[in-house]
Amino acid sequence: MPLIDLANPTRFRTLADRILPWLGAATILAFALGLQQAYFAPNDYQQGATVKIMFLHVPSAWLSTMAWGVMSVAALGTLVWRHPLADVAAKSAAPLGAAFTLLCLITGSLWGRPMWGTYWVWDARLTSELVLFLMYLGVIALWHTIDDPGRAARAVAVLTLVGALDLPIIKFSVDWWNTLHQPASVFRVGGSTIDRSMLIPLLIMAIAFTLLFFTLHLAAMRNEIMRRRVRTLLMLRADAAGGH
Amino acid sequence: MVLGLDLGPHAAFIESAYAIAVVILAALIIWVVADHRRQARRLADLEAYGKGRRAEPDTGFSGKVESG
Repeated sequence: MPLIDLANPTRFRTLADRILPWLGAATILAFALGLQQAYFAPNDYQQGATVKIMFLHVPSAWLSTMAWGVMSVAALGTLVWRHPLADVAAKSAAPLGAAFTLLCLITGSLWGRPMWGTYWVWDARLTSELVLFLMYLGVIALWHTIDDPGRAARAVAVLTLVGALDLPIIKFSVDWWNTLHQPASVFRVGGSTIDRSMLIPLLIMAIAFTLLFFTLHLAAMRNEIMRRRVRTLLMLRADAAGGH
Repeated sequence: MVLGLDLGPHAAFIESAYAIAVVILAALIIWVVADHRRQARRLADLEAYGKGRRAEPDTGFSGKVESG
């Protein structure tokens, strides 16, 4: 099905209704398997059982940047291709990204206290992640500030693309600056430094988080389409009332 | 001991992390489901109101009304 066909709201809603139960079931299964694997994963020889926080912290960190990546592609869709689904996708992803970023910051803080001796330090990785969270809040606020969805979409798209500069800063902050946060240990040249007994549960949890994101994103997009249909009908109703 | 698992001296941090994750993810799911119910109800009300008056164009995304 060509992407432009999905611009038809009825067709998109029908497709979402059909896909969502399967995505939801896959998400539940992935979480069940991931949590079972995390439960039986061994303690780290240095960090002890606190390494179990990694199974929440790392996937939520990945999702925090992936959601902004989705919004950036959607921003291009709004500004360049003017696809009507693009701003729906961007608007629906923002609260999800904010939630995953908040979860990343909180779990990181709870992991940092026993391991580093502090909940927070203003190093480059933590600060750039906090900036990402604040940008999510800014984007959500902007959506609510401008009443017309078309104008809001263009303003948010520009802000999103500018904010995308933070993504490489987050990724490479641990290489560019001296940080208390450890360097990349999963996706790095030379392979992962994490033992398979912990890496496999981590990857399964990452898949579970990703599936949850796409499930909620699709559902939130469907909600947004319905909200816009409601808005249109209200305007028609107001026009009809004004005409009499 | 949590679920038969000895989490050591930092158990409170691990338990808090998982508890907060449950709260945040559950809040997300509840928000999306509640929003869907709210929009579906409003849409049903409006479509019921519009029925019998005239056929409504399926305008969809932008909120703009296309006449014709």
